Amino acid sequence: MSSKEKATKGAEINTDTEMKDKKARRRRHRAALQQEDGPGPRRPLNAQDLKNLGENSKKTIKRLLALFRPYRWHMAAVFIGITISALASIKGSMFTKTLIDDYIEPLTGQSSPEFSGLLKAIVAMALVYLAGTLFTFASNRIMVTVSQGIQKNVRDDLFDHMQTLPIGYFDRNAYGDIMSRYTNDIDTLEMMISQSIPNMINSAITITGVLCAMLVVSPLLTLATLLTMYPMLKITARVAGSSAKFFTLQQEALGDTNGYIEEMINGQKVVNVFCHEEQSKKEFDELNEELRFNSSAANQFTNVIGPINNNLGYFQYVLLAVIGGMMAIGGVGGMTLGGIASFLQLSKSFNMPVNQVSQQLNSIVMALAGAERIFAMMDEKSEEDEGKVTLVNARYVDGALTEAPDYTGSWAWKKPTGELTEVRGDVRLKDVDFGYTPDKIVLHDVSLFAKPGQKIAFVGATGAGKTTITNLINRFYDIQKGEITYDGINVKDIKKADLRHSLGMVLQEVNLFTGTVRENIRYGKLDATDEEVEAAARLANAHDFIMRLPKGYDTMLEGDGSGLSQGQRQLLSIARAACENAPVMILDEATSSIDTRTEAIVQNGMDKLMANRTVFVIAHRLSTVQNANAIMVLDQGRIIERGDHDELMAQKGKYYTLYTGMLA
Amino acid sequence: MIVKTLSKCMREYKRESILTPVYMAGEVFMEVAITYVLSLLIDRGITPGNMGEILRIGGLLILCALVSLAFGVLSGRSAAIASTGFAKNIRQDMYYNIQTFSFANIDKFSTASLITRLTTDVTRMQQAYMMLIRIAIRSPLMLIFSLIMSFRINARIATVFLCAVPVLGLGIYIMMSKAHPIYERVFKTYDRLNRVVQENLRGIRVVKAFVREDHEMEKFGKVSDTIYRDFSRAEKITTFGSPLMQTAVYTCILLASWLGAHMIAAGSMTTGQLMSVLTYAMSILTSLMMLSMVLMMLIISRASAERICEVLNQKADIINEPGAETKIPDGSVDFDGVSFSYGGKGGRSCLENIDLHIKSGETVGIIGGTGSGKSTLVQLIPRLYDTTEGCVRVGGRDVREYDIEALRNAVSMVLQKNELFSGTVAENLRWGNENATMEEMRHAAKVAQADGFITAMPEGYDSYIEQGGSNVSGGQKQRLCIARALLKNPRILILDDSTSAVDTATDRAIRDAFRSEMPDVTKIIIAQRISSVQDADRIIVMDNGHITDFGTHDELLERCCIYREVYESQQKGGGDFDEQ
Repeated sequence: MSSKEKATKGAEINTDTEMKDKKARRRRHRAALQQEDGPGPRRPLNAQDLKNLGENSKKTIKRLLALFRPYRWHMAAVFIGITISALASIKGSMFTKTLIDDYIEPLTGQSSPEFSGLLKAIVAMALVYLAGTLFTFASNRIMVTVSQGIQKNVRDDLFDHMQTLPIGYFDRNAYGDIMSRYTNDIDTLEMMISQSIPNMINSAITITGVLCAMLVVSPLLTLATLLTMYPMLKITARVAGSSAKFFTLQQEALGDTNGYIEEMINGQKVVNVFCHEEQSKKEFDELNEELRFNSSAANQFTNVIGPINNNLGYFQYVLLAVIGGMMAIGGVGGMTLGGIASFLQLSKSFNMPVNQVSQQLNSIVMALAGAERIFAMMDEKSEEDEGKVTLVNARYVDGALTEAPDYTGSWAWKKPTGELTEVRGDVRLKDVDFGYTPDKIVLHDVSLFAKPGQKIAFVGATGAGKTTITNLINRFYDIQKGEITYDGINVKDIKKADLRHSLGMVLQEVNLFTGTVRENIRYGKLDATDEEVEAAARLANAHDFIMRLPKGYDTMLEGDGSGLSQGQRQLLSIARAACENAPVMILDEATSSIDTRTEAIVQNGMDKLMANRTVFVIAHRLSTVQNANAIMVLDQGRIIERGDHDELMAQKGKYYTLYTGMLA
Repeated sequence: MIVKTLSKCMREYKRESILTPVYMAGEVFMEVAITYVLSLLIDRGITPGNMGEILRIGGLLILCALVSLAFGVLSGRSAAIASTGFAKNIRQDMYYNIQTFSFANIDKFSTASLITRLTTDVTRMQQAYMMLIRIAIRSPLMLIFSLIMSFRINARIATVFLCAVPVLGLGIYIMMSKAHPIYERVFKTYDRLNRVVQENLRGIRVVKAFVREDHEMEKFGKVSDTIYRDFSRAEKITTFGSPLMQTAVYTCILLASWLGAHMIAAGSMTTGQLMSVLTYAMSILTSLMMLSMVLMMLIISRASAERICEVLNQKADIINEPGAETKIPDGSVDFDGVSFSYGGKGGRSCLENIDLHIKSGETVGIIGGTGSGKSTLVQLIPRLYDTTEGCVRVGGRDVREYDIEALRNAVSMVLQKNELFSGTVAENLRWGNENATMEEMRHAAKVAQADGFITAMPEGYDSYIEQGGSNVSGGQKQRLCIARALLKNPRILILDDSTSAVDTATDRAIRDAFRSEMPDVTKIIIAQRISSVQDADRIIVMDNGHITDFGTHDELLERCCIYREVYESQQKGGGDFDEQ
């Protein structure tokens, strides 16, 4: 690095230690978090990682090879193709020499040279070249199928596996981190498969072939070549090592900068409101400069590897020429002058693949790291589902519950024995303890029951455990102690998919998908007719605003419905649940962003939605919970009060305080 | 156009940007020379077995290699410095320009797209730039130098190469024009793929709650399959490149050998010369191939360049006039015939013909349905948007006459969708006032009813807030945001539904503190709860972009049916409770 750069770097450190502190603290904090969470978000590699990489890479390589299994015949063909084309190119690199020695030299000075021998040689060579070209072409084409196919398989497997992961996994890992497996990691993997691997095979074959040829020409000179190769490789390794070090730093700086950008751009409106632009620029400049510095250093080292290798090759060339010359002149080892020339040619062909390999190493290390991250995600345990009880459509025939092939509006639980139990919506929690980690219990001793058709409300502070309880019923998380039953069946015995089908959820945070409004509502029931979709929208009072959208139900929603207001998004979320029409509903702050006047209208629809259903409702508005059959007041993971509105008011406890607090 | 915009980002790295090609030229020249020297070594040293010549020419070769090495190292380094510097400047220029953006500008781009432009696109540009100043210079130079040398050695053979160049060029052109549209399409499909993943990550609870895993897998599988098919097609087309290249190279070599043999037999050429001509043939055609690759890269990165330029060329639509007024005399607010539409004139209007007059020091509540225009209305006061028609006045002057920073410091606003930043509580509070003392911070926090929970945190005001404030509850976050806004010491304070997650008692305490601690400040409070506004001096009732009524709680109860309806619906069901 230039002295100028060093100076700027120095100045940075002195002038803005405060900023550095802040960053260091941010990093420390992040690191601490990761330790709590185990294998946490992506962080830059450090020396220990590199060492682990070495130990793990064997395993990783094994698994990588397994990816090739479906393509083993393809790979065999590729291998043959590359071998033939590599041999052809070795043959080609020696062709000039034979051409000159065997055909051209004898012609010189002849008065009437005979060219037919030369013509034959050239035609023969043309055939060799043609074979080489065709086989290169063929193996390249097959390789496209292999690399794209593997890429697709990995991508699909990763996504399919991701869908089976428990909610806890998504709590622990940053979205950006998971995303980067689909983008960066799979990309580098594809690069390695499509480029580095064929390159390596080619290089290996070429190196072996050329080495043999060299040994035939002169074992002594071959030894000299190998000896001079050693310091060259040593130098390359050093430069490559420095480059790897700075690449790690670069990734770290890139993570910091991108993290900062993400945070600040997300809060850009706040920045505007607080006129914080100058401060924000200053902090950004710091990070940006650090990124530039490391990235510049990393690229400098990488860029010079090529020229160094190339030119050191010439040193070797001269050295070999001198030694060979002396041998030929001294008559040592039966060396001829023609032999030296052809040996020199070979040594050049020898250096090329060696250089190529050394330049590929960086990308291979990166790809291995990426592959490891992909495999780590694939190794994450899927949600366990030991449930055997399934949900079936049912109807009463002659007073007896029987399974029905089509939608009937009522359901039954079907046990493995074939016994049917009507789905009535009786949900009971008994002595339930739960913690996101076993050592930190957040719900203590929760017992409650909801009889069919009852409305159970949860109230309490943020973090009191309201949402958590509903997440236990649908088994987003599994409880540590106690029991949850649904119509008398332990929820653990019910197939997860069927359990969740039987629970209609309106979640606190609304998430919509790219697609039309209609598609979003239909998410609740994929085979819903347009009429059913519309009916659901009307029920949720979303129909009116949908009709005011430019294309009504066919309006495209993008970016999580960013064109809609928070309240409108909630209405869609309710319509989606209404469309599903499940026997039990869970409404988690379903109407928090809807103004009270609209809510009063929605309420009407909600009442219809809730009629004859068991409903669990979380709300911070009293209007929503007041008419519940039972209200559970939660505090720090415990139910501290329970009863209906009148009972709780009479108790004059926490509920009373909350209620009267607003009237005071 | 793109080039012009981006070339401004070279700045202090212009020297390296120019030096790189110069060094590169030196390196290429030396490489070409080395090929020539190599042929001398064979012709004059090895073939006649002349040790003296071997040593002499070998020495020359080492010298050349040293010079070439020096150039190579220099060009590699300066290319790295130039391209990373270029990237840094692009990033900086974009970031700086985004800082001048108004809300309307930000809305136009969406934050997600701004982030992609600042990260992925810039990285791509850095790589493209490096390619441009290294390979895009190297290849044509190599081509030209090698051609010159081969012409010098033997014009007839060189003509063969010259013929091969257009043939190869045409082949590459056809190949690229076939593959390029597919590549473009693939990149778009990639965006779709990423979107599916992203939506699944954010909405994983919805997916699981509705048991739509299979549906999502199918969705993903379809996109993934499209990518697989398109990418394979494009790559298969590109695989024609190497046989094309090899055929050209081998044809040249064989032809040159045939012609060369005749010439050598006739004594008009030496074997060493033939060998170097063959080497030149190789470099000519390789460099052509490299050139096509660079071209491909540049075309691919054009999309990134365009996206970057869009940001760089976006002019902020709210700018500070020089010499603008910096003193805000009082906290009065007037709207005169204000209409506003996010789409500009002719767009669907969010506010229509609003006339509104608020006295300095008054407390005004705003009530209205979802989408009635409450937030839009108040965002016009600190000039976060400019009106489409009419004018907004603060302290009797049009807001457009004020210095923006002065105006926004005087009009402190707590946004509905508010953000805390990673850093300590104190650092977050200091956003309101960089030089706030501990006492000032405590005072603001006390007014916002936040001091209690801050002190209860393990490290008090030095406790660390996670990105987005994810480690404090919704109500705590809102109170911190209020405290932050109070530290500005504003003349006008606007709360846009900023206490929705705060329980009613605390909400009330905050309002009481406002009244006793800052009686002269104009307070505008948007709320869903009547209880949050009922003790305000006057209350605005908004509906569908209009002010339906404006009066005291009692007046409105009497004459405004919307207000009465809201009030009754809340009375009936009681108020609300959240955390303590």
